[in-house]
Amino acid sequence: MHIPDGYLSPQTYVPLYAVFAGFIAVALKKVRQNLSAKNVPYLGMAAAFSFLIMMFNVPIPGATTGHAVGAAIVALVLGPWPAVVAVSVALIIQAFLFGDGGITAIGANCFNMAVVMPFTAILVFRLVRGKAAAGWRVSLAAFLSGYLSLVVAAVVTAIEFGIQPLIASADGKPLYAPYGLEIAVPAMAIEHMLLFGVIEGLVTMLVLMYFARNDRDGVYALQEAKR
Amino acid sequence: MSPFQKKLLVILAMVAVLSPLGIILPEKFEAGDAWGEWSAETIRELVGFIPEKLAETADIWRAPIPDYNLGDEKSSFAVQALSYILSGAIGIGLCVLVLFGLSKLLVKKKE
Repeated sequence: MHIPDGYLSPQTYVPLYAVFAGFIAVALKKVRQNLSAKNVPYLGMAAAFSFLIMMFNVPIPGATTGHAVGAAIVALVLGPWPAVVAVSVALIIQAFLFGDGGITAIGANCFNMAVVMPFTAILVFRLVRGKAAAGWRVSLAAFLSGYLSLVVAAVVTAIEFGIQPLIASADGKPLYAPYGLEIAVPAMAIEHMLLFGVIEGLVTMLVLMYFARNDRDGVYALQEAKR
Repeated sequence: MSPFQKKLLVILAMVAVLSPLGIILPEKFEAGDAWGEWSAETIRELVGFIPEKLAETADIWRAPIPDYNLGDEKSSFAVQALSYILSGAIGIGLCVLVLFGLSKLLVKKKE
């Protein structure tokens, strides 16, 4: 899901840089206001976790690969705004140091994986969980939170790819990403619905269960419902 | 750091050691590039040409450790796997450092 350089036209990546800049500014402000001393180490570990989980490329045999992002579980444990900061840092390091994701596409990639994902994850978790404090309903909420947030992020990414032939073609030939929406959206949606989303869902559920056992009061998404 | 947080750091290090699975499995199951992350050459094979602006801007940035690999595609598997683990370790270190620094900076501004 890391869009490389050359795939997005400036008409796409410049506005996405601007949107991402807005989100990261608010996120830094929120983190400054609310970050507890206890959560300082968590923030770095969350970024590291996201960084690592993205290195686990999972194959669809004979076809393509993909990976989980970890943004959903980071959002559930730390809250959506700290997740924006943590996952963005991981993505920016990946782009500059390892060439995973383009430099011009940092705004887009951070928007897709570090903004869309955490907020979708929190929304889904709240909706599915309802008032349950523990048990299967919380586990299901965590699974769907990871699953759907990755699928939504993949579809948003696919839309960014897919609009390129529409907005940046010359003599009927695309100048950037070559496939239109009718190919990009189903391709990205289906592979993430069938496999990568399931992995994100399982990771989200298992790590949340682990945190619930060890540091339940520290988990953002589990605190909320008590209020 | 609480004992639980220290334990998490150890788990992260273990995950980094397992990370070469992320290159072994795709190779074993003959899975190609992620969708939309093809090289310019692969795009030529897929659609018959390289989009003009994509060709111009695809290599705008030269990453110090491209694809988490200190060697290249032809390097032995051991080199690639060790590079991958080392990249994971660098990733953990940088993520922790950057966010620790950022937290310090933000908290200082508060006072």
